[in-house]
Amino acid sequence: MGNRTLSRLVIALALLVALPAGAQPRTVRIGFVSTLSGGGAALGQDVLDAFNLALRHLGNRLGGLPVEVLVADDQQNPDVARTAVERMLRRDRVDFVTGIIFSNVLLAVGDLVFQSQTFYISPNAGPSEYAGEQCNFYFLNVAWQNDNMHEAMGHYAQLKGYETAFILAPNYPAGRDALTGFKRFYKGRVIGEVYTRLGQLDYSAEIAQIRAAAPKAVYAFYPGAMGVNFIKQYAEAGLMQQIPLLLPGFSADADVIRAVGRPMVGVFNSSHWALELFNPINRRFVEDFRRTYNRIPTLYASQGYDAALALDHGLRAVGGDLSRKAEFRRAVLSGFETTRGRVRFNRNGYPIQNYYLRQVVEMPNGEIVNRLRGTIFRNHGDAYVSRCRLP
Amino acid sequence: MSGFPAALVLEQLLNGLQLGLMLFLLASGLTLVLGIMDVVNLAHGSLYMLGAYFAATLARATGSFWAGVALAVLATAGVGVLLEVSVLRRVYARDHLTQVLATFALILVFNEGVRMIWGPQALLLTVPQELARPVRLLPGLGYSAYRLFLIGVGIGLAAGLFLLIHRTRLGMWVRAGASNRAMAQAMGIPIRRVFTLVFGVSAGLCAVAGALLGPILAVQVGMGEEILILAFVVIVVGGIGSVKGALVGALLVGIVDTAGRALLPPLFLRLLPPEVASNLGPAVASILIYLLMAAVLFLRPQGLFPVRA
Repeated sequence: MGNRTLSRLVIALALLVALPAGAQPRTVRIGFVSTLSGGGAALGQDVLDAFNLALRHLGNRLGGLPVEVLVADDQQNPDVARTAVERMLRRDRVDFVTGIIFSNVLLAVGDLVFQSQTFYISPNAGPSEYAGEQCNFYFLNVAWQNDNMHEAMGHYAQLKGYETAFILAPNYPAGRDALTGFKRFYKGRVIGEVYTRLGQLDYSAEIAQIRAAAPKAVYAFYPGAMGVNFIKQYAEAGLMQQIPLLLPGFSADADVIRAVGRPMVGVFNSSHWALELFNPINRRFVEDFRRTYNRIPTLYASQGYDAALALDHGLRAVGGDLSRKAEFRRAVLSGFETTRGRVRFNRNGYPIQNYYLRQVVEMPNGEIVNRLRGTIFRNHGDAYVSRCRLP
Repeated sequence: MSGFPAALVLEQLLNGLQLGLMLFLLASGLTLVLGIMDVVNLAHGSLYMLGAYFAATLARATGSFWAGVALAVLATAGVGVLLEVSVLRRVYARDHLTQVLATFALILVFNEGVRMIWGPQALLLTVPQELARPVRLLPGLGYSAYRLFLIGVGIGLAAGLFLLIHRTRLGMWVRAGASNRAMAQAMGIPIRRVFTLVFGVSAGLCAVAGALLGPILAVQVGMGEEILILAFVVIVVGGIGSVKGALVGALLVGIVDTAGRALLPPLFLRLLPPEVASNLGPAVASILIYLLMAAVLFLRPQGLFPVRA
């Protein structure tokens, strides 16, 4: 036997050994496209870490099937996301796509995913586009619709009886949606509505305007670093004690608190999830996330965890048969247990859930965290579902 | 401008001055490197980011904001010198496109490196206790002590830099290098060592800006890119290679940007119907500095204070 023949034999044997031995269950392939670099990286990393944690808790199986997760970084860039999603659908033949953080990125790839009849499970982005007329059979969102958290804070400002409010957001679609959501439930007088440049660094001009206008409350939607900048400067200008700053949960979560520190103590914000929500899933999630990653989980992390739970629940309901799509969808929509208790969904795929009031407090051990202060909305859906024609 | 309260106008001027002086710290280094060495250094913003990260880490380690800032400036200047000796020196002779690609690659390396060491979450750096209160400037005008301190530091460093450049031998060499590098070299100036020194100083200035802005901005990966764009606007307006141009450009950009955001939207609301004004006001305010840059380029293509006339 020549050396060449021998090597061929070895390769053939190796292939035989590597081949699956007959009727092994097939693997579920998840395409996880998220923002893992640049300014939004912290959000994507939280979702991914929590998604992986949930998989570990589920024994690396979803609905009884072994799991393979393919991860890609979209760099917060719609074009990059499109290329990654295309590759995952065509070459890797993933069964599900999930992970996207930013609405503009999701809107750029949604059609691609839906056309290939693949479910997209959103752990964050919740654009109004997919909630109304363009709602889609293959779209499921385990987080919220973009307007919801702002609606909750608008309602809270109304309940508190603040007669005047000054509201701010960056000048881009989600910023305009946010202030629209706030105004949908706040009926007092808006004495200033300011849209700033996306990515603006310095907010001294806006803060001086707020001081001059002297409103009863300020509401600001600034995602990521913009929020850290705005809140730090608001506190540094000495306004924190004079005019209450109201925030959506995104702008007052563990990641922002970590960057701003003590000046944030006292700030009220709205969220569908809280660290101390009392249920076994949330307890296990919070404890294990802290132990595994050595930081306090954010609401983004809870959503990543719940995305995996949604997949597990749906796949369990169809007995791991990936072709029973209508049943999968029905099972997820009818509800399942999450980190925020049992959540069910509207026909447009968006959740119907509670929205809570949280306040940033300093604990006796010096740790600064969000505490649950009350419930603003019970079983709250979104404003667009009536226009969705899905059954 | 009647109708705007005087206190508000004064406060905006101070805000503009503060932003402008911090921009100057970045732009002066950038303009010297570009003017003298003829290197387009996109990684300038990464040194600013590094300064902020070093300050946040060292302030926590030493328990003192001031020690953190001082050590961060030294450490970043060191990184700057290392960077010049190891990488940038190799691209001096190449064309600008190569330099842009190489220093862009450096941005990616720095961002990824910072993310690997410190993680993707933003870091905590807060205003030092002794400056965390307003100072009463006039009756009815309290102004942040920390921002006043930034203005002071900015003015001090600008003055120091002018003395260094106009009153010392090193400064003479730098000026000679900026206006005619080949001639300066022929006259026996140790250009290579001057380059390294200038690069170290400019990295140190980046670190001052990063460390001092850290308490009011987010200390996070990618923070250098946003401010780098502003710094480039400043040197285009001021003229490449000119520290005086960088100062005037930075103050113009700072004041025009701040004043525009505060005063334009209400001004538009007075002059135009509300539905037009509410869209046009914020839009024009956010592009005002680019309009300024276009206007300067139209009237003086070389910038306000060109070095090589």
